[in-house]
Amino acid sequence: MITLEHYLVFAAALFSLSIAGIIINRKNVILLLMCIELMLLSVNVNFVAFSRFLGNVDGQVFVFFILTVAAAEAAIGLAILVTLFRNRRTINVAELDSLKG
Amino acid sequence: MNFELIAFYLFAAVALSSAVAVISFSNPVHSVLSLVLTFFSTACLWLLLQAEFLGIVMVLVYIGAVMILFLFVVMMLDVHTAPQREGFIKHFPVAIAVAAVMFAEILLLLGIGKGAARPMPAADPALVASDSNLHWIAHTLFSRYMLPFEAAAVILTVAIVVAVPLTLRRRAGTKTQNPSEQVLVRRDDRVRLVKMAATVKSDDGAQEAK
Repeated sequence: MITLEHYLVFAAALFSLSIAGIIINRKNVILLLMCIELMLLSVNVNFVAFSRFLGNVDGQVFVFFILTVAAAEAAIGLAILVTLFRNRRTINVAELDSLKG
Repeated sequence: MNFELIAFYLFAAVALSSAVAVISFSNPVHSVLSLVLTFFSTACLWLLLQAEFLGIVMVLVYIGAVMILFLFVVMMLDVHTAPQREGFIKHFPVAIAVAAVMFAEILLLLGIGKGAARPMPAADPALVASDSNLHWIAHTLFSRYMLPFEAAAVILTVAIVVAVPLTLRRRAGTKTQNPSEQVLVRRDDRVRLVKMAATVKSDDGAQEAK
């Protein structure tokens, strides 16, 4: 029998993997954005699982809004990334230090 | 072990292994493609939870639009991968340690392994409350959540309005009209009055100044 814990453990593993990805790929802005998308995904899995478990629709509606905001965030983040690459010729986080005093 | 459990383990294994591939590939294009596989497997898991609308939206909107946007940007930027991998070996133990501790803490908080597991209710709550998952979500979204729905639309519009000027590039030497300058033009910029002596026609046809 499939239980709530199956989905919670799956979401926790996905979240931990995305944390590990952020620590490993600290140099690459694109991979950082992808790890943030993975984190949002794991949270969405929790929302959908609890919605099914409690028989409450609010969780699924909330996932709908999270998907909307994540799409807007990805569009603006990638636009900033393109502008950044055009001006600095790099997306290495370590070289993006022009704000440092 | 019934079919549902087998399907869950299959999809979860594919999703987790492709998530590992996302963070460990050195080529960003391969990472994006692995991310697509992760999202697709998770959409399958949502279908197992009878969240049909969100599963389809995930495939259509998220994989079909957002991930393809990622792919476009990754292929457009000429990213040199080699120098960005220099900290990989150094950060690897730290990353594994942090991820393992976080995972263990989450399991502790959830109380996994202690007490009886809570099985999912057998009846689909969407069919109990309404006639389908789509109607179930739509009735709530367009009644109680009307204001957040409008706010989400505004957020998407703002994202479009912001993303276009961010990536707009003006090249030197292009011959384009500038409407604001055209509207601001005054009469003195275009018309110049010249004072000249009047001329009269003489008897033999030639014009001469008087």
